[in-house]
Amino acid sequence: MRISLTVNGEKFRLEVEPRRTLADALREDCGLTGTHLGCEHGVCGACTVQVDDSAVRSCLMFAVQCDGHTVRTVEGLAAPDGTPHPLQSAFTAEHALQCGFCTPGFLMLAAAALDEDPAITDDPDRLRELLTSNLCRCTGYESIRRAVRRAADMPGPPD
Amino acid sequence: MKPAPFDYAAPATRQEVLEALAVAPDGTRVLAGGQSLVLEMNQRAARPHRLVDINNVADFDRLEVDRAEQDGGWLRVGALVRHRAFEQPVESGPLGRLLARTAHFIAHPPVRSRGTLLGSLAYAHPTGEWPTLAVTLGAELVLASADGTRTLDAESFLIGPFTTALRPGELLEEARFPLLRPTTGTAFVELRRTAASFAHLSAATALSVEDGIVVDVRLGMAGIAPQPVRARDAEHRLVGRPPTDSVIAEAATVAAAGVTDPPPDPHSGSAYRRHAATVLAERALVKARQDISEEVERP
Ligand SMILES: Cc1cc2nc3c(=O)[nH]c(=O)nc-3n(C[C@H](O)[C@H](O)[C@H](O)COP(=O)(O)OP(=O)(O)OC[C@H]3O[C@@H](n4cnc5c(N)ncnc54)[C@H](O)[C@@H]3O)c2cc1C
Ligand code: FES
Ligand code: FES
Repeated sequence: MRISLTVNGEKFRLEVEPRRTLADALREDCGLTGTHLGCEHGVCGACTVQVDDSAVRSCLMFAVQCDGHTVRTVEGLAAPDGTPHPLQSAFTAEHALQCGFCTPGFLMLAAAALDEDPAITDDPDRLRELLTSNLCRCTGYESIRRAVRRAADMPGPPD
Repeated sequence: MKPAPFDYAAPATRQEVLEALAVAPDGTRVLAGGQSLVLEMNQRAARPHRLVDINNVADFDRLEVDRAEQDGGWLRVGALVRHRAFEQPVESGPLGRLLARTAHFIAHPPVRSRGTLLGSLAYAHPTGEWPTLAVTLGAELVLASADGTRTLDAESFLIGPFTTALRPGELLEEARFPLLRPTTGTAFVELRRTAASFAHLSAATALSVEDGIVVDVRLGMAGIAPQPVRARDAEHRLVGRPPTDSVIAEAATVAAAGVTDPPPDPHSGSAYRRHAATVLAERALVKARQDISEEVERP
């Protein structure tokens, strides 16, 4: 099927089989390999991207479902001049990654949540509920939690 | 793994959806939130020949409170209302609060922003939160096909684990939850290992107390039978009596005793489940009683 979708502000016209997941379309057809695939079961969250501003599992959506929609991936977080997004700076500052496999998913999860309601970091229960969405097998979650809190206190995102 | 090939249709109206489902009903599946179906397709546990994606139908996200009816009224939920919509109360009474409490148990935010309440009912996981609530509250379900519509109550709809009364070519179009009277306290409690797994067991209740006496109660349990069940014997023990600790404890024991052999799994054997069922039923009733004093002001 022919589809067109906007990824990180760029329009992509793709020819995909209906069974192509959004994750595979991003990685294989758009060449955006920042989105990672762990479980393909919706559990790990490594594949989390934003579709029309909400964080979703790109392994559990088909690319054809995004025809005409807007997708944002980790490659779209930094400003066009390369200035990192506050979350990216905060993850560095708080050592919120080791191998980095889970990082794109956590960044997109947290970015969507902060865009929607920055006050989420003031409520430990809500922040914890949000961060249970994704798995990290290296750092432990405490540094990730600190990073998201730090990002919320930093000056607004570059876009 | 990757899904097997399939044909895909994404109609924009109800009529077109029903026509698309009627073309080759047997190999066709409805695609709603995809949060169970796509993962089964990734595992190739499901290999539909054709998907009818309902996400483009504008008015399927209807969510309405219908107070006009004489029997107390209904909350009507359309086929594209996502789990997320219920995180904040959708109506100001006890039902809105109960749905909000329950929504937070389901998976996590990204899954909740795609998955739908009706999709959960159609998926019929034996401890799915919405199926449990639908049975507990006596929700009515509207099924539509090219041949017309029919209405079933939740208990007749959920006939086993992952098994419903949906016929090939049928769409689950609406769920109607009865509104609860203002004097009702509610609770949803469960036992689960992780936030990303389904519950082992759960208990849901809506307890109405007037002048210190239980006037109406619903108690539903999941994980103790192949599908969610209502503990009617326990409900009968409660009605007409004051909801004291001892009355609640008695009802909870009855709730667990009336259970068919709970399905064992590697994490919880049958005996453990039966014991845990008593504890959860009691916890749910105590919480509901407390909810009345907090939310309704005790008479
Ligand atoms: C990591 C993870 C954790 C989860 N944890 C929980 C949990 O704790 N509790 C819980 O309840 N659920 C959980 N889920 C499942 C989630 O709630 C799903 O959203 C739900 O089971 C299915 O709803 P859906 O809209 O995504 O349906 P889909 O995945 O689109 O469909 C599921 C099935 O129902 C059929 N179907 C869907 N809608 C209709 C309709 N309107 N008419 C007819 N047939 C229909 C489909 O054909 C398919 O067979 C979890 C999922 C994931 C990925
Ligand atoms: S790869 Fe999508 S959630 Fe794990
Ligand atoms: S940094 Fe390695 S999985 Fe999270």
